[in-house]
Amino acid sequence: MARIGVFICHCGENIGRTVDCPAVSAAAVRMPGVVHSVDYKYMCSDPGQQMIKKAIVEMKLTGVVVAACSPRMHERTFRAAAAEAGLNPFLLEMANLREHCSWVHADKAAATQKAIDLVRVMVAKARRDRALRPIRVPVEPTALVVGGGIAGIQAALDIAAGGKKVVLVERGPSIGGHMARLSETFPTLDCSQCILTPRMVEAASHPNITLMTYSEVESVEGFVGNFTVTVRHKARYVDPAKCTGCGDCFNKCPLKNIPNEFDAGLGMRRAIYVPFPQAVPNKPVIDAAHCTMLQKGKCGLCAKICPRGAIDYKDQDSLVKVKVGAVVLATGFQLWDHAAYGEYGGGRLADVIDGFAFERLASASGPTGGLIKRPSDGKEPKTIVFLQCCGSRDDKAGKKYCSKICCMYTAKHAMLYRHKVHDGRAVVFYMDVRAAGKGYEEFVRRALSDDGAEYVRGRVSRITRKQDGTLVVRGADTLAGRPVTIEADLVVLADAVVPRPGSEKLAQIFGVGYDQDGFYSEAHPKLRPVETAAAGVFLAGACQAPKDIPESVAQASASAAKVLGLFANPELEREPIIARVNRATCAHCRACISACPYGAAKDFDVLDRAGKVLRTVVDVNEGLCQGCGTCAAVCRSHSVDLDGFTGEQIHAELNALL
Amino acid sequence: MTMSEKRESPLAKAVRETSGVVLAECYQCGKCTAGCPMARYMDLTPNQIMRLAQAGDDAALERLLSCEALWYCVGCLTCAQRCPRQLDPAAVMDVLREMAHRRRKIPAAARKILAFHKAFLATVEWGGRMAEIPLVLRYKMNSGDFLSDVFLGPVMLAKRKLPLLPHRIRGRAEIRRIFATCRKGTRP
Amino acid sequence: MKTLGYYPGCSLSGGGIELDLSVRAIAKVAGVELREIEDWNCCGASAAHSLDHSLAVALPFRVLALAESQGLSEVLAPCAACFSRLKGTQVRLTRSPELGQRMQELVERPYNGTVRILNINEFVASLLAEGLAGKFTRKLGLKVVAYYGCLLSRGEDIVTSDDAEDPQGMAAAIRVAGCEVLPWNSSNECCGGGFSMSKTGSVLDLSQAILDEARAVGADLVVTGCPMCHSNLDMRQLELLKRRRVPGALPILYLSELLGLAAGLEPGALGLGRHFIESRQLVRGGA
Repeated sequence: MARIGVFICHCGENIGRTVDCPAVSAAAVRMPGVVHSVDYKYMCSDPGQQMIKKAIVEMKLTGVVVAACSPRMHERTFRAAAAEAGLNPFLLEMANLREHCSWVHADKAAATQKAIDLVRVMVAKARRDRALRPIRVPVEPTALVVGGGIAGIQAALDIAAGGKKVVLVERGPSIGGHMARLSETFPTLDCSQCILTPRMVEAASHPNITLMTYSEVESVEGFVGNFTVTVRHKARYVDPAKCTGCGDCFNKCPLKNIPNEFDAGLGMRRAIYVPFPQAVPNKPVIDAAHCTMLQKGKCGLCAKICPRGAIDYKDQDSLVKVKVGAVVLATGFQLWDHAAYGEYGGGRLADVIDGFAFERLASASGPTGGLIKRPSDGKEPKTIVFLQCCGSRDDKAGKKYCSKICCMYTAKHAMLYRHKVHDGRAVVFYMDVRAAGKGYEEFVRRALSDDGAEYVRGRVSRITRKQDGTLVVRGADTLAGRPVTIEADLVVLADAVVPRPGSEKLAQIFGVGYDQDGFYSEAHPKLRPVETAAAGVFLAGACQAPKDIPESVAQASASAAKVLGLFANPELEREPIIARVNRATCAHCRACISACPYGAAKDFDVLDRAGKVLRTVVDVNEGLCQGCGTCAAVCRSHSVDLDGFTGEQIHAELNALL
Repeated sequence: MTMSEKRESPLAKAVRETSGVVLAECYQCGKCTAGCPMARYMDLTPNQIMRLAQAGDDAALERLLSCEALWYCVGCLTCAQRCPRQLDPAAVMDVLREMAHRRRKIPAAARKILAFHKAFLATVEWGGRMAEIPLVLRYKMNSGDFLSDVFLGPVMLAKRKLPLLPHRIRGRAEIRRIFATCRKGTRP
Repeated sequence: MKTLGYYPGCSLSGGGIELDLSVRAIAKVAGVELREIEDWNCCGASAAHSLDHSLAVALPFRVLALAESQGLSEVLAPCAACFSRLKGTQVRLTRSPELGQRMQELVERPYNGTVRILNINEFVASLLAEGLAGKFTRKLGLKVVAYYGCLLSRGEDIVTSDDAEDPQGMAAAIRVAGCEVLPWNSSNECCGGGFSMSKTGSVLDLSQAILDEARAVGADLVVTGCPMCHSNLDMRQLELLKRRRVPGALPILYLSELLGLAAGLEPGALGLGRHFIESRQLVRGGA
């Protein structure tokens, strides 16, 4: 015989103002199965919880209904209290009198009646609750980190430092990401390479880290703690085991004029190449699209030259499977293509460049050796115009959002240029200067006051090129209230930060949500900023939203902490709200197998003692099942039920309302 | 109706209903001013006009209706083409100019422009089509600008660019009725 | 023979008569009949637009309604300003059925929105598609800058056949006429529009900048499709020459005139003799 206790919470005035809680309590005690009912101002407080615990013990309750706020808010709290009093926590239910009643109604009498109905429904359900045990699944204590930029490197190093294994997968031939391309970093003007390259080397040599460069994630199976990830190693045509990185091959390759992506196309590379001298691993790959040997079967010079016989033109992509318990996505960003701005030359003007191109011009290891030279004719620009918010905050041609990093790197660019070209003029068109970081505002002030950057508040309407190559920038000074025309030798556009191509496909592979712009969605914007909706998959860096280096590193360390927390126990505990198949009645029509979005419903052979297959039914993998109930809905023989939400319970709830 | 529309000034309401532009959406980037071919001649730049219209108070309206800039919009569509907020500052200026005209607030520097527009429309109202000789004569009478371009008329006649007798369409009564109805202030 | 509705607009019977002559001439060469809308009225131009937003829609509305009632489903409006007004009205009517209802009441004519308005560039492109180039007999060999101005490049949903920031709608026709199209920046810059008489100074400034760039890139002439632009660049060039603000005369032709020349027509028949800046020397033996 059920012995249900009902506990009505006033939630201060949140519920009590609109719902007559004592009346609800009085009505509840008359409901079938209810042996105890009480109302209290703050049921979630310590005295409130004590009331529940005491009643469970003293009244020998077999079930509890807490009528309070949303179960999202406090179900965990009350179930923990029930467990402490010796009651199976899944025998406690919540009726939501706040979000579902008091907050959305004004009429007290009607709201009170509705509250009574809501309590009656949950009492009907609680009478049919069964004790459930949490599910335990083993954890593979190895992490996969996707993306070898600063965020991925930091996450990998932190996880490795915690004593767990890491597989670091990078799409390009080297780790290092965009940070390896930067000249100096704001707000301290640290040399980017100087602070990054030691980390790259550490990641490559750490015994706990397995580096997979020139590789991409192909597919994923499994669930938190137990993922099987298939990684595609793209054909390098160079055997890294044999290659010593001597460089003979890429010094001799006859194809010299392939624009180097690492240098934003300003420098050239060969068909066999390492993207930059400090690359990790420092071993070349052959770019099959350009190599004459691979395209036409002619040349073969690199194979002839290589003293170690490391060149293999017959190399093929290979697939490897890795087992991991957690995943960190750190796929980063790229810059939006300003070709969409016809008024800024539509990408056709050589001396209208993006921020990365300027970084390469300013970098000591860049194609100009750190001298500022404009792409068209190599001339040192005497006037540079910088345009902020190019493609950002533009609903029409670009993106609605603020790209966050541009204000700071533009100030840095103006500063670096003025340090290098003393008689040069740096003009920055801006809409707002957003410098909300430690030392950031001071940095921007320095660019203005100490380094003579000229800031003009307004957008630019058009950039044209005169016959002599001068760029004419027509902007506005909205503070002075006048149009402004500036003749410049070089224009740097602070193009919007956008996710990497292919990031949406990767999100789908991992079951991670993404927003309309393709940035990955965190589980909660405030309280769960590195988790995703997919259990065991975490986020680091600019794949989630535009971020600078300090923020990316902080988020990477946060995701590493989450991974290490997950790996701290050999097993995972999950809520046991999963589907169960009645094997006696299952007709094996397989409708549930095709309906299950998580691949949790699988064929299962029922064997006799001799191991002979008696018949085949469907079984549910407890690790994969997310308790969505789709299988229960499609099952024609009513052989599937959802623990905690059985068909019988749902019917009882409905009947209590009718 | 969005919140911004609920809290809008009478001016913002009039602008929205006539031009479709929600003034609160302007974030004052100045791209309209940057691209405007006439901005250098204006006493208020296009973005300043948008800003004052956003303010919408009596003093702002007074400045707006008496400024020259409203009359200098050449209708090139550049501001609307490039506005990152997809607004149409020229359409806002159209609304304000019409208000200024109805309230007879015409700055001295804009009188020639108004005289030209009025002369143009007078010929259309009279015959259904614009006619250049009556237009120029009427413009010169209204503006007092007798001396400019006096040499062009004879040249144009000599080049047979101007018809001596203006064409009057059959439906001119219809045209006059349309003018009369519009003058009463029907809002499209 | 293909028939096309024709809306010359007021300019084309006055200052812009060369555009009318040359458009009719090349249509004849291409075998296209232009049927003028009977009893058409002025589109209102920038005057109506500046002073009365109802009138600015009502006047083009009457033109559209007339065209529809006369069975003209496609109408050529060679004047860029007329095109912009007529098509702009069409676009607004499509967006707001309510506006259409009010206009029907105001103008007292029905209109179901069936008329398609073509600008001169779209018209020329359709002639080329029907083989106009086959009728070209004269190799012109000129260096040309194509000048679209505002109303043949801009207007959301109005100039749908071209790129507002890099218009190309005239380029193919100019090349087919045996000319070289020079790249330049002023193709979509404003010439000062309707302020020729009422704010002449701004027209001189803006038109000078356009002429300066045309000369700087080495153009033999400027080709345009707009009578207002033509008047500012051609007639107002006299003033610029007089004040020595430009170093020499630069001919300004309508696109249709250039194509008429390529088709072997006499410069005089196309209206070249009526420009302020002499242009007949562009064809050998033409002057």
